[in-house]
This record gives sequence, C-alpha cells and structure tokens, in this order.
Amino acid sequence: MTVAPEVSPEQESELAAAFDATIARHDRIEPRDWMPEKYRATLVRQIAQHAHSEIIGMQPEGNWITRAPSLRRKAILLAKVQDEAGHGLYLYSACETLGVSRQELTERLISGQQKYSSIFNYPTLSYADVGTIGWLVDGAAIANQVPLCRTSYGPYGRSMIRICKEESFHQRQGYELLATMMRGTDEQRAMVQESVDRFWWPALMMFGPPDDDSPNTAQSMAWGIKRDTNDELRQKFVDMSVPQAERLGVTLPDPGLVWNAERGYHDFGQPDWDEFYAVVQGSGPCNAQRIAHRRRAHEEGAWVREAATAFAATQQVATQHDEARS
Amino acid sequence: MTGPADRPRAEWPLYEVFVRGKRGLNHVHVGSLHATDDEMALRHARDVYTRRNEGVSIWVVRSDAVAASSPDEKDPLFAPAGDKVYRHPTFYAVADDVPHM
Repeated sequence: MTVAPEVSPEQESELAAAFDATIARHDRIEPRDWMPEKYRATLVRQIAQHAHSEIIGMQPEGNWITRAPSLRRKAILLAKVQDEAGHGLYLYSACETLGVSRQELTERLISGQQKYSSIFNYPTLSYADVGTIGWLVDGAAIANQVPLCRTSYGPYGRSMIRICKEESFHQRQGYELLATMMRGTDEQRAMVQESVDRFWWPALMMFGPPDDDSPNTAQSMAWGIKRDTNDELRQKFVDMSVPQAERLGVTLPDPGLVWNAERGYHDFGQPDWDEFYAVVQGSGPCNAQRIAHRRRAHEEGAWVREAATAFAATQQVATQHDEARS
Repeated sequence: MTGPADRPRAEWPLYEVFVRGKRGLNHVHVGSLHATDDEMALRHARDVYTRRNEGVSIWVVRSDAVAASSPDEKDPLFAPAGDKVYRHPTFYAVADDVPHM
C-alpha cells in the first residue's frame, strides 16, 4: 500500500495533533495515516534491523543442518531455519508499508548501512549451540518481542504476533535438546555448559545498551514503539532464565548473579559493553563472514530473479495473444 | 518509466495476501510478498503464511490493484453511518420480561 500524500505546513499541525491523539488513546497507526518523519524513520530503522536479524540469524544455525545428529534433529532444525526466513519476510513486508522497497533494504544490509542483532556475529562451534540459541537467544528474543505485539505501528505489531507464536517452538526445541544432552554422558554435559558459558553474555547484550546509554529509548517509548526499557527487559530475562538453568543443571557464568529478596529480582553483572560496541561496529568474530555470505546469496540469485521476471513477461504476452484470438 | 533493458532488474511486483483460516470464516489480510506472477504469489504465500495449517484457502492480489479509502476522508466517508443509531439493536427499549429477544 502506498504512503500518505504530501501535506501543506498548515495542515501538518492538525495532522500532528490527530497522530498524537491516536498514540495517546493507545490506538494503532496504520500505513496510510500521516505520521511524523522521525516516527517513520525510527520504525524503518528498527523494523529493518529486526528483519535483517532474522535473515542473518539463519546462518549460525544453518551451519549445522548437514551435520545434525539424527533425522529428527535435522527436520526440526530445517523447520526452525525456515521459520527465521519467514520472520524476516513478515518484517520486510511490514517495513515496506512505510515506503521503503525490499531492494533498498537488502542493499542497506549488504552495504553495512543498516545493522542486525550483534548476537549473530558469534560462531556456532558445536551442536549444543543449536540448543543454547533456541533456549537463550530465542528466549531473549521472546522477552523483547512479546511487548512489541502492542507496538503503536499496526503492521509491525501484527508481524510480531505471528512471530511470537512461532518463537515458542524455537525456544522449547532448544531447551529440549539441551535437556536431552544433559541426560547423556559427562562429555555431553560439558558441551552444554561450555556452550551456555559462551552465549550467556551475548544473550544479555541482545537487549541493547543500559538505559543511561540508550538515547532513543525515551522518544520510542513516548511514541509507543517500545513498551519497556532495555534494562527492564534484561532483568525480566535474567529472572526467567535462572530457574530454567537450575532445572537443566547448568551454571550461568556470572559470579554476581544472586537473588535479591529486598528487590524481588536477581542482581546480576553487566556484560562487557566495550565488546558489545566493538561487535556492533563490525569487529565481532563473524561480521565479515555473515555479510559476505548474504551478499553472495543475493548476487548469485540475481539471474533467478531476472529469469523469473522474463518468464512472467513472456507468459503475459502469450495470454494476451490467446485472448486476442478468441 | 524503465526501458526494456532495465526491466529484469526491477523489483518483483508486490502482492497482498489473504488467508481463510478455516471453513466458515472470511479471508483475512495477513501481509504481503513479492512474486513475478499470480501462480508464484500463491506458492510463496503458502510457504510464508501457512506453515502451520493457518489456512484452507489463499487469495493473492497485486497491491497496485487494490483501491483503498483515504484516511483523510475518514469523517465524510464514514459520517453517514455515525448518526444512524437506529441501525443498532440497542437503540430499541424492550421490556426485560419479553422472552427470546
């Protein structure tokens, strides 16, 4: 659907008032509504980043599809990676309602102009990582995404509802995988612990920098795009993960992690934020590899896109000929 | 306008997707996707929007073929319905002891 037409400055204050009233009522903004340019730009940035994360997120797990330990695990992993592609497509579709094209979005990803979640710049070194990603990475994604189902932009919220339904499978399959390994040999239990040790801190980073260093949070919350601050969501995730880790029999690698009865929440340590910013800026272990792979897939797929377009055009001509003759 | 030489590089057209969740329900808009023609749009819609039995029937229509009301006309377009309260059953007072109504 197309975006709203240009308006004169006189009309703009009236439209801005209507926009503010819609947000104040906790009602949704829809694609053809007038919206402030900054609201549109913030959404494009956030939804695109989210879509790119789903698409790049296929790579770390896709790495293990050919080496799955059983047909059952392989079928599960294939379905999960396919879901990530689907999530990316729901989100690109939502982002396009804001007036950006899919082609532009892809270009901005492979040129490094737009970011994706830093978690996908870490490598997957063992099959236990498939389980840990499901449990912790998808778990953190769920904690982030459930409140976004109520975000103020209609198409984004609707995409999030579809995604959250499917993420539940992702988290449970991961936890079940780890639980199965924990019932196995000492070596398998060690694999799980080693994997959790590597992913715990990057998972905490998924919520973004601490509130004091998150300049966009206040405006995003005023517009109803974000519903909770980064630190609130991180706290929630820690509190949910602790009993799950206990039940699994693994240790979370944070000596500062302890129940605070007074606050009613767990106290926990801060991730290494220097590492976070370094990974965001491109120096993570896999940044270059992830983008190179995405670029290659896009460029090597160009002939398929062109052939399909050419085929559709010849079919159309053939149909027109048939219609003309009959 | 793009010349014929540029055409293969152009983005595939956008389609809107509508899914009937089960028999007896309306088709509901679920999102959009890109495809070169109707048949590909249906195949992609199945893969993207019905991986978990979400549908028994799919409609796809090119986005540029959809005519939509403008949000600016909200008042004039929907006003005629606004002042006809007598179209709603609650407009009519009926004694509480009248059965089956």
